[in-house]
Amino acid sequence: MALLEVKNLGISFGGLRAVNNFNIQIQEGELYGLIGPNGAGKTTLFNLLTGVYKPGEGSIFLDGKNITSYKTIDVNKAGIARTFQNIRLFKQLSVLDNVKVGLHNQYHYSTLEGIFRLPRYFQIEKQMNEKAMELLKVFNLDGYSHYKASNLPYGQQRKLEIARALATNPKLLLLDEPAAGMNPNETAELMETIQFVQKEFHMTILLIEHDMKLVAGICEKLTVLNFGEVLISGKTSDVLNDPKVITAYLGE
Amino acid sequence: MDELAYATEKEGMMKKLRINKIIRNYTTYAVILAVYVIVNWMIQRGSISSLFQGLLIPLCIYAVLAASLNLTVGILGELSLGHAGFMCVGAFSGAFFTQVTQQIFTNGYLRFFLAILFGVFFAGVAGLLIGIPVLRLRGDYLAIVTLAFGEIIKNLVNVLYIGKDSRGLHISLKSSIDLGLEADGKVIINGAMGITGTPKDSTFFISILLLFVTVLVIQNFIHSRAGRAVMAIRDNRIAAESIGLNITKYKLLAFSISAAFAGAAGVLYAHNLATLTATGKNFGYNMSIMILVFVVLGGIGNIQGSMIAAIILTLLPELLRNVSPFVSENRMLFYALVLIFMMLFGQSPKAIQFRKKYFTLSTYLKEKPKKEV
Repeated sequence: MALLEVKNLGISFGGLRAVNNFNIQIQEGELYGLIGPNGAGKTTLFNLLTGVYKPGEGSIFLDGKNITSYKTIDVNKAGIARTFQNIRLFKQLSVLDNVKVGLHNQYHYSTLEGIFRLPRYFQIEKQMNEKAMELLKVFNLDGYSHYKASNLPYGQQRKLEIARALATNPKLLLLDEPAAGMNPNETAELMETIQFVQKEFHMTILLIEHDMKLVAGICEKLTVLNFGEVLISGKTSDVLNDPKVITAYLGE
Repeated sequence: MDELAYATEKEGMMKKLRINKIIRNYTTYAVILAVYVIVNWMIQRGSISSLFQGLLIPLCIYAVLAASLNLTVGILGELSLGHAGFMCVGAFSGAFFTQVTQQIFTNGYLRFFLAILFGVFFAGVAGLLIGIPVLRLRGDYLAIVTLAFGEIIKNLVNVLYIGKDSRGLHISLKSSIDLGLEADGKVIINGAMGITGTPKDSTFFISILLLFVTVLVIQNFIHSRAGRAVMAIRDNRIAAESIGLNITKYKLLAFSISAAFAGAAGVLYAHNLATLTATGKNFGYNMSIMILVFVVLGGIGNIQGSMIAAIILTLLPELLRNVSPFVSENRMLFYALVLIFMMLFGQSPKAIQFRKKYFTLSTYLKEKPKKEV
């Protein structure tokens, strides 16, 4: 059974058909790419998957469970975490705290225990710190743990966002243009990190990307979106050589 | 640099940061205690004028109000202009409790403690109820609606009549005659005339204690799981939602805690006056804005700073009275000048650099750099 299965998904904004009859199947452990020209509806699709928009029609199944009508927080609790095209970190919080907020739903103590500093507060906070540092270490961010998130360099902020998403312990990770604004070196490093995350955490990843080198380098399968519709789906090498895809990107 | 040296240095830096943090957190408590001890000693020696002795309790009240509003404005990130309204709820419910239970609890301290809890509870509930509609709004809209709710509370209290007789409590929104009290009855809340004859239970000790508890609860809240969630929501609501934080729950939680402490300050206020009325001067938007000035001046999100600002700005008009006839006559002019100066000194980058260099506690605690031989 596929981890994520989307059937006939569609949404309209007024007269604009943003996504139409979208189908996708992602198996567990896959690194799946979603590409397409600007305005093709890629980010809209992410917003549909994470419950930011309610789909007009169609259904979304995660691990066999219908999550079509879920709210954003419930989608996250069901096991989908995401990053954003324009970085959305908790800017005033420290790098460590950003990840600790991601751990919020896995480590529990009551507000009163927190206010009165009962033993459980110290115990759980210690566990959270250890877990968060572990995650930061994966992304080579452990040296910056006390920095304010907004003071990190751009590339590190992208990584921190992925670390925060991973902290919620998802089954599926959605990355919205993780390499946007990065130089070739940073992109290469990011490619390694994404592959590392896939292997180390046995993570299923769906990523939107414009950088063809990155897509061709790490994605096993691709879906190409054009004007809200699936142009073609399949193995990366097949898709990238398809005349329809070349036409969509470069024109006739 | 080899890896081991790097790791050791990093460890050392983290340790120093942690120590700095501990110093910063505990100095507040130490300063509050020190202030109490010193002021008490000065009262016993008789070196504080009666005018200033009268100011001690209001100072604590304003500091509590400023710290609690900072939870809403600085930590939750929502501009609230109705803080005096919650103070009003606390003041009236606290005073009401004291009046009703005066015969039951003869121990003044116990009764006052319960009155504070009573006021805190009602102000917290008011915060919760008002928060549900208000926190759906953002920014300027939220500010305006909280302003309106603050005024509504004040005006509601002004038409509220509650009396007590042998048959129990009577409530009316028309007049005290409408209560239909029996001969032995007593009007407790008398509409616009308010509550009279509340015992003066507020003492400097209790006020300082309340201030201490306020700082403790708010600081610990900020550094707990819930507080982090609140700050995450402030920084980026969409991202907070995407990692599974319940936005409504944490917004309401912070807003209610903030309202509850305003209520506690209100109870102190009510038990410091013989007659408690809800006028524009004490519970109107002027008051709300004054508390907001404390917060903005002391630093949005800086609990200690807002308390210091509250104390300085409350003392200032009284201090200026004693300087020279010229200053004394143009007191409010100088008040405004000091306000502007403090605003500049608090915010400008150069001033911050200057302060860091000369006025940070940790600079004195740090080891002096050794001179090269």
